[in-house]
Amino acid sequence: MAAAIAAHESGVKDILLLERDQYLGGILNQCIHTGFGIEYFKEVLTGPEYAQRFIKEIKKIPDIEISLKSFVVDLTRDKTLTFIKPGILEKVKARVLIMATGCREKTREMIHIAGTRPSGVFSAGLAQKLINIEGLLPGKRVVIAGSGDIGLIMARRFMLEGAEVRAVIEIEKKTRGLLRNVVQCIEDFEIPMYFNHRISKINGKDRVESVTAVKVDDDLNDIPGTDVRFDCDTVLISVGLIPENELIEMAGVQIDKKTNSPVSHELNKTSIPGLFVCGNSFKVYDIVDSVSLDSEIAGRLAAEYLRKKI
Amino acid sequence: MKPFDILIIGGGVIGASIARELSRYRLRIGLVEKEEEPAFGVSKSNSGIIHPGTQNPAGSLKARLCVQGNILTRKICKELGVDFKEVGELIVAFDETERGRLLQLKKEGEALGVPGLEIVDSAWLKANEPNLSDKAIAALYAPTAGIVSPYRLVYDLSENAGRNGVKFYTGAGVEGISQRGERRFEIHTPQGIFNTRYLINAAGLFADEISAMAGVDDFKIRPRKGEEFLLDKKREHITNHLLFPLPSQTSKGILVIKTSDGNPMIGPTAEDAADKEDLSTSDAGFKKVLLSAQKMIPSISEDDVIAYFAGLRPSAGKDFIIRHEDKVPGFINVAGIQSPGLTAAPAIALLVADILKKNGLSLNKKLIFHGHREKTMQLFAIPQEKTRRLIKKDASYGDIVCRCEMVSAKEVKDAIKRGARTLDGIKFRTRAQAGRCHGSFCTTRLLKILSESIEKPVTEITKRGPGSEIVKGNKSGD
Ligand SMILES: Cc1cc2nc3c(=O)[nH]c(=O)nc-3n(C[C@H](O)[C@H](O)[C@H](O)COP(=O)(O)OP(=O)(O)OC[C@H]3O[C@@H](n4cnc5c(N)ncnc54)[C@H](O)[C@@H]3O)c2cc1C
Repeated sequence: MAAAIAAHESGVKDILLLERDQYLGGILNQCIHTGFGIEYFKEVLTGPEYAQRFIKEIKKIPDIEISLKSFVVDLTRDKTLTFIKPGILEKVKARVLIMATGCREKTREMIHIAGTRPSGVFSAGLAQKLINIEGLLPGKRVVIAGSGDIGLIMARRFMLEGAEVRAVIEIEKKTRGLLRNVVQCIEDFEIPMYFNHRISKINGKDRVESVTAVKVDDDLNDIPGTDVRFDCDTVLISVGLIPENELIEMAGVQIDKKTNSPVSHELNKTSIPGLFVCGNSFKVYDIVDSVSLDSEIAGRLAAEYLRKKI
Repeated sequence: MKPFDILIIGGGVIGASIARELSRYRLRIGLVEKEEEPAFGVSKSNSGIIHPGTQNPAGSLKARLCVQGNILTRKICKELGVDFKEVGELIVAFDETERGRLLQLKKEGEALGVPGLEIVDSAWLKANEPNLSDKAIAALYAPTAGIVSPYRLVYDLSENAGRNGVKFYTGAGVEGISQRGERRFEIHTPQGIFNTRYLINAAGLFADEISAMAGVDDFKIRPRKGEEFLLDKKREHITNHLLFPLPSQTSKGILVIKTSDGNPMIGPTAEDAADKEDLSTSDAGFKKVLLSAQKMIPSISEDDVIAYFAGLRPSAGKDFIIRHEDKVPGFINVAGIQSPGLTAAPAIALLVADILKKNGLSLNKKLIFHGHREKTMQLFAIPQEKTRRLIKKDASYGDIVCRCEMVSAKEVKDAIKRGARTLDGIKFRTRAQAGRCHGSFCTTRLLKILSESIEKPVTEITKRGPGSEIVKGNKSGD
């Protein structure tokens, strides 16, 4: 939304915004905690409030056509994209394209946690959606793998729902989340944090019954004999985010295999001229305010690209 | 309830194949399965290879049924709309001794009746399998090896058997078998008591326990674990064939496999397991598989792995046990069906029909047998133009639920209509949740669709049956 609004402000008159969800705002909708907007709006907002500011703004602009439930299935080098939505398959060719596809969470599988595959293993984001949007409680005794921000925030969320968070287990020496989240979500609730530890095994046949953790040395190798077992019914995985760039990869944009970001020498630009990437799909940011600012730059770059072409 | 002519225990590929084969005849047939859905046993976690028939002991049931099964599977897949791809396999030699063993394997394979075997040299390998290690010097090429989706095969066999009158009961684990005279079995399950004249034991890992209940306890099933690791679909074209090392005494070794959904797979390990329900994978297994796979395809990396699982081979010695138990007339064991059981399944079904006939059951063909089934639609597998037409016909094909694998609400609802009752059931049928994000984005939507369709609260929806509920309840205050 920030990119579309900025492009419009810079003079672009014909903008199509495609969103696969049934509402605008993306992941912010499930982030009902506060802490958003401090930099951008100089106010403390919740996720949905932050999104709402942009939604209100964008709806005032008739030049921006919004199409929800619209899933892009194909993208080619010449910026022709195909999307489907209920009842429709449509092809459009854009003169300039901005991708703001966000990121996804790394999974248990990506860090190769061994053991069984019972129910009760969730990405932190899925657990957040289940609680905050669907009103469901994913589990009652929780162990969190990784100390990413979503994991920390979910630790507090589970405590507030009366569940017990048995441990947060982080393979590195220190947290990968924001300091304020460690203080407010973990320390204030006296949740034990284990650094230099990794979850080596998930146990349980139908439902998670326990996890095994092991201490690791400086090279992240297991130290034999340091196994600890935590009884729990739920494991949250919060071990980092990956930009979602499968579509531009399909179009032939060079992608860095390690980070899944586009290979780029300049902010928001890709190896295809006129194809810009912004926000967390360009690189994973800590806070949404930076995402909005980055996206506004992409919007302006897109407008400039169009002006130069004419 | 009126007694069945035949009751089959076990809804894996063996039980389902037998059910479908026998549904051609005028018989009352039932099938009981302990899990919530068919195909949740060994048949869901295997390599999905339709073996050409090499590497089986001469004179064994395995050897004969595998070669036959390879031919029959093609026909059945065509009839049922299941994708069968004849990708061919290469057994790869890395030194001169191994090259010598290839010749031996070729000779043995030809004696077993395996068609088209050929030794290919390193130039052929370079041209046809460019990512293969340049240390490979030759290979035995078996062109008739193929791949299928094992669970979809079971679902479609079951569905077709159902269409032809077989009655399926899930959540019906057999707890006891009693006999009320010759050919009068009484089968006790949580879903009630079933009476039958003939009883077929196709209970996979638990076939020894079922057999003991019926009064035959002369074999034991020893589970042997195989861990397998799936790679990202982006690596789909890393190989053109199935790649095998030379086999050891106990197993075919660690393979690089093509799968029917596109993701390459590496594995399986082969370790004796203590517990028939232990489906855990291990760090050691992962390392072993990765190293062995890299020996063949050096460019495979740890980061390519996006999913993994373990399966247990139900082994009861060297060969399959398929026989009428004369001690218990009417009772047929189909046990110890380890690899190549998936391949041999249709041949096993024919053999079982023959055994029934020899033991007094008359097989009269029905006038009408519905042998064909329309192929299940999968958006990811069809061209865009076809998608456009489908969406026009039914708008909900355009309502995408699973973003990673492009699965629509329509496909999910169809899967539920065809019998999916759990999230795993939906996954195996449609691939929703099987992609990179592992359901992070689509689980909530799937929960809701399933809950509405089968009229059960979301809190009762499970991953794969009772005990595996997804959530622990409603949020406090909701
Ligand atoms: C890792 C691995 C890889 C393999 N790869 C291949 C391959 O590439 N090609 C190939 O041809 N073969 C392969 N196999 C072998 C193949 O998977 C098996 O031979 C085949 O699936 C066996 O089918 P089944 O129907 O006998 O067993 P199952 O699928 O286990 O079916 C038995 C069913 O009986 C049910 N049951 C058990 N107890 C009871 C009870 N008391 N009451 C009611 N129901 C009960 C179970 O729930 C189960 O659904 C592989 C096996 C493994 C483990």
